[in-house]
Amino acid sequence: MSRTKPQPEGGQAPVVQRVRLRYAKRGPMRFTSHRDFARAFERAILRANVPIAYSQGFTPHPKVSYASAAPTGVASEAEYVEIGLRERADPRELVWALDAALSPGLDILEAVEATGGSLAERIDASAWRIELPGVTANAARHAVDVFLAATEVPVERLTKQGRRTLDARGPVVRLDAPQTSDATPSEVSGVPCAILDLVVRQVTPSVRPDDVLSGLRVAADLELPVPPRATRLAQGVLTPQGELVDPLAADRDAAVIGAPPP
Amino acid sequence: MSVASVFPKLERLLPEVSKPIQYVGGELGAVVKDWDAATVRWVLSYPDAYEVGLPNQGVQILYEVLNEQADVLAERTYAVWPDLEALMRKHAVPQFTVDTHRPVRAFDLFGISFATELGYTNMLTMLDLAGIPLDSRDRDETHPIVIAGGHAAFNPEPIADFIDAAVLGDGEEAVLEITAIVRDWKAEGCPGGRDELLLRLARTESVYVPRFYDVDYLPDGRIQRVVPNRADVPFRVHKRTTMDLDAWPYPKKPLVPLAETVHERYAVEIFRGCTRGCRFCQAGMITRPVRERSITTIGEMVAEGLEFSGFGEVGLLSLSSADHSEIGNICSGLADQYQGSNVSLSLPSTRVDAFNITLAEELSRGGRRTGLTFAPEGGSERIRRVINKMVSEEDLIRTVVTAYSNGWRQVKLYFMCGLPTETDEDVLQIARLAHEVIKAGRAATGSKDIRCTVSIGGFVPKPHTPFQWAAMCSPEVIDNRLKLLKQAINSDRSLGRAIGYRYHDGQPSLIEGLLSRGDRRVGAVIRRVWEDGGRFDGWSEHFSFQRWVDAAAEVLPQFGVDLDWYTTRERDENEVLPWDHLDSGLDKEWLWQDWQDALSEYEQPDCRWTPCFDCGVCPSMDTEIQIGPTGKKLLPLTPVNTGLRVPS
Repeated sequence: MSRTKPQPEGGQAPVVQRVRLRYAKRGPMRFTSHRDFARAFERAILRANVPIAYSQGFTPHPKVSYASAAPTGVASEAEYVEIGLRERADPRELVWALDAALSPGLDILEAVEATGGSLAERIDASAWRIELPGVTANAARHAVDVFLAATEVPVERLTKQGRRTLDARGPVVRLDAPQTSDATPSEVSGVPCAILDLVVRQVTPSVRPDDVLSGLRVAADLELPVPPRATRLAQGVLTPQGELVDPLAADRDAAVIGAPPP
Repeated sequence: MSVASVFPKLERLLPEVSKPIQYVGGELGAVVKDWDAATVRWVLSYPDAYEVGLPNQGVQILYEVLNEQADVLAERTYAVWPDLEALMRKHAVPQFTVDTHRPVRAFDLFGISFATELGYTNMLTMLDLAGIPLDSRDRDETHPIVIAGGHAAFNPEPIADFIDAAVLGDGEEAVLEITAIVRDWKAEGCPGGRDELLLRLARTESVYVPRFYDVDYLPDGRIQRVVPNRADVPFRVHKRTTMDLDAWPYPKKPLVPLAETVHERYAVEIFRGCTRGCRFCQAGMITRPVRERSITTIGEMVAEGLEFSGFGEVGLLSLSSADHSEIGNICSGLADQYQGSNVSLSLPSTRVDAFNITLAEELSRGGRRTGLTFAPEGGSERIRRVINKMVSEEDLIRTVVTAYSNGWRQVKLYFMCGLPTETDEDVLQIARLAHEVIKAGRAATGSKDIRCTVSIGGFVPKPHTPFQWAAMCSPEVIDNRLKLLKQAINSDRSLGRAIGYRYHDGQPSLIEGLLSRGDRRVGAVIRRVWEDGGRFDGWSEHFSFQRWVDAAAEVLPQFGVDLDWYTTRERDENEVLPWDHLDSGLDKEWLWQDWQDALSEYEQPDCRWTPCFDCGVCPSMDTEIQIGPTGKKLLPLTPVNTGLRVPS
């Protein structure tokens, strides 16, 4: 096991390769908090025997850095993490090995070798889909119209520091309530289920799907009989046309596909 | 007939509760089996919050042992926090398992492991949410058999109304035997119903079925006798002892949670049982004799457990880990194997002597030396003789100074307050000891950058120990001693600054005392407290002393007894104790003699290294001490696979 390989005298082995991964939080696993995922991911690194690099010092930490994480309870198809390796590895094998080492529902989807820059500078907006069981598409569309017509929609959020007020309208780039959708409602059939498509610019403090739903309630009295289900579909840099640029695209284009085997 | 998951209903509630991941399951190591293919179905529980319950070794071991049986299915359930409990009641969601979210009521057997009596109210919540009648007599064939285990099961009388059965001692073989009895009974078409099944269990002589025993009381409130009310039911029920721990190397596939829990490590029991003979220690008394796991099995379990789990820490557990006959080779062998690997090793529960510093040095090779913990338990030499904790002040100071000299900056010392025969002076000696430790440490290191923390807990007399007859101190006496101690520690400001002081007030201990040594009449108090909202009594933010006092005052007078009668009253030699019909193997006459020895401050050595002193366990249980050394060593791990573990 490479876990038992001695480290060089006086310190940890240096990083020889950085790999960026996209992962999903699906189904019941959407209830993992970011801290929960981080613990599970670091254990998966050990289980999968990934040649992870460690920071220096008395309490070395594995070289893992996360891009902004979806809130607890929100599913995601587009979460990102970057890892530093002390030995080179094939990104495709990393996907298989790490995915097998994680609980089903925490799924590693793709990996590319990093070619520079940082994940953070390639992400400034998120696309979300929100299912609203028990809400008709018409009611949702009406609320969306009222919301979008406002220049500002102040909502309250309970944080660890207490209640704070933020503007749910400002960072919203796009909000649609399509009349028909081919997405299958997750709830019992026969119950209406409106769908919202949402694109939000990442600001501080961040505006999350919850805040936009609060905004719909505040601005247009949209009440939800059943808890909604939100899924992050994509993250990236917003183009002038309102599209999101895949944050791994630049690395994928630059990298030699399939790094030489370690 | 298949049983549907309640997850669709539960899922709607989860966005509204704190830490929802704890209710979702999906842990590594979790087993999901086909309901219909199983003939016997267990639900196992540790009756506390998931974060405390999940790491419980007992539940993990039995979960794995049972699920290895082809036709047996075992799932787990934990206590839900009050936020979810309220929502479950409002939306009619029953108590569920985290593995498949099946309702607890649908299982054949509901096993609950009690490490502490303070979990009793949580058991009532679980039963009630499950739709299982609280009173065992109101249950029928459609309800699971509720079985208590764990250390508190050595006196299950306070919960006798609520459980159907209790198992004393080690569970590995017991659960398989119970499974076999249930399997046969079901295959025969459940003849005689629930009553017949309980009778078959009781006839094994190792499953206690409270309803088959009547308790008679004397006019003064003491117990007159406890006798079977059915033919073929044994007068005494015996504890179970798993011999040869190498044949039971569990957990092999530890549960690795997604939620944060109190212990995030792979834990391996390096031995079971302890014969140090500390008189306050119920665990040491009821788990005899000492049975070591061999160094080679420990090495294999650690290697496989880490590879399976990805944990970054290994805990070598036992009641006194430095006492393993090959602990030196275990520690140095594991340290060699995992050097430079960022896997850390820990050795909790060690005794006070310099050898421990050597072990701790091995385990922290190249790493940070944060803190060491020692447990002298008593402040004065006199009280340490009473409790049979054979540590001299000289030993203690030498050990702690060695720790400071070898780079440890922080030492924690653990004590108890409220011990039998204790005076204010015994407790004040703790302050003097702590001052001496700091003085000697400063002299040895020439540094003021050393600290010592005094941590002090309330003594609770436990069944099956020499202190089972002892009177508890009142909470007022305890709290006053703790206050005096604090003043004494700070009487020298220079030394006091280097000493941290942590304590628990005396009130929770008194209630633990009531539950530990209670009889069946205490069940009404537990029920009253629960009806009054009592939950999570092991958590200071949820525990209400007043609720227990009020319930005791309301319920107990009808029996002519009260809270003090159960706690601060000393028992005499001839009193029938509520657990006398439950056989831990310890000879009651030996326990009484050891109690008398305690009062005359006479020490009892360890039978591992001195002749047998006839505590009674080995001959009555047909067991024996199993210790090494084996002479074997841990070999360096051979790098089998240096690449990624990619699934084939």
